Amino acid sequence: MAAERKTKLSKNLLRMKFMQRGLDSETKKQLEEEEKKIIGEEHWYLDLPALTEKESFIIEEQSFLLCEDLLYGRMSFRGFNPEVEKLMLQMNAKNKAEVVEDKTEEVDVSDEEMARRYETLVGTIGKKFAKKRDRASYEEDENGDVKLIKAKKMFLKPHD
Amino acid sequence: MLAPAMAEVVAVAAESLAGSRARAARTVLNQVVLPGEELLLPEQEDAEGPGGGGERPLRLNAGARSRVRVVCGPGLRRCGDRLLVTKCGRLRHKEPGSGSGGGVYWVDSQQKRYVPVKGDHVIGIVTAKSGDIFKVDVGGSEPASLSYLAFEGATKRNRPNVQVGDLIYGQFVVANKDMEPEMVCIDSCGRANGMGVIGHDGLLFKVTLGLIRKLLAPDCEIIQEVGKLYPLEIVFGMNGRIWVKAKTIQQTLILANILEACEHMTTDQRKQIFSRLAES
Repeated sequence: MAAERKTKLSKNLLRMKFMQRGLDSETKKQLEEEEKKIIGEEHWYLDLPALTEKESFIIEEQSFLLCEDLLYGRMSFRGFNPEVEKLMLQMNAKNKAEVVEDKTEEVDVSDEEMARRYETLVGTIGKKFAKKRDRASYEEDENGDVKLIKAKKMFLKPHD
Repeated sequence: MLAPAMAEVVAVAAESLAGSRARAARTVLNQVVLPGEELLLPEQEDAEGPGGGGERPLRLNAGARSRVRVVCGPGLRRCGDRLLVTKCGRLRHKEPGSGSGGGVYWVDSQQKRYVPVKGDHVIGIVTAKSGDIFKVDVGGSEPASLSYLAFEGATKRNRPNVQVGDLIYGQFVVANKDMEPEMVCIDSCGRANGMGVIGHDGLLFKVTLGLIRKLLAPDCEIIQEVGKLYPLEIVFGMNGRIWVKAKTIQQTLILANILEACEHMTTDQRKQIFSRLAES
């Protein structure tokens, strides 16, 4: 019965924020224009000739950052604070837009270690989803890795 | 620093008072300018003939935009189409690197009192903690406010560990003459980038603003030589404050004394002191 007649939502409801999230940009623009038209008729305005603002070609800035290329304010030398030294390279390179030459890709964990971790991860996660009676079949290895020792009890097909 | 320039100043002042005519900015580069002088931008020079009537000749392409955007930096103000000098110092100019033309003009002056400017990185001292904000003394006319959410990884439940008396390295987001300055310790992406509470120990001292800019220049020899002495950490605040830390108290004090004194030393004197330090 509800599928026969499309519920007609009021305009105010459609203009609410949560109804507009799903719209694409075009429909949004159309709705905005319609709203502006509605508002434009009601708003009061001054009936004066448009004042042309003098276009100024001089921009005032009080900051020294535009004037001089200054380095980053935090500095560390001879390894006193390694994080700050890393930051120094980063920020000063950004300022000068230089290509950092020594870009050593530091891999935190080697591939072998990743493989080993995943191997044990399977055991620990598997234990979480195992039924209570199967949890006994998981035992801890010498290294502390949780591994499945004996085969899980599966359905054995009768011979005949 | 300004002593040898005093003779120049007198000569310049006499000249400009006698003429009382605006000079072209291009001719005054790297020379001392005094407050009240008007400077002409390069496009307006041909208009000012020997009579100095001030009328601009009609051009055929009057509709086209023949002027480039010029930025007037600290020490200069816009006065109609000209630049008005508000601080005494040397006039500097920087060519535009790329894109929009015009370049930047500014006055290289010396002062000790800091005025908060948006975007500047400063060192502040936390003076009070009231509700959701910290009051931070940055050396300006009023303390800046720093919200506790303006730290990296801070949420309403996870408050930053900031006590009264801590040193903060942050930047201004709001700084004008009408409102109280506001600072934050994160950048626009939400990352700290080295801002936040500066660690314990170390020494905070005050120098002139011009020295900070000199030390932070890309080719500053002083910093390079200081860095070779011993392991140390320095934080420069644009409000004239420097925080230094080294392994021992003696090294920290030596460093502080060097940085304070290097403003008035010549290159030779400085090199002497460094070589003596390197020996000991």
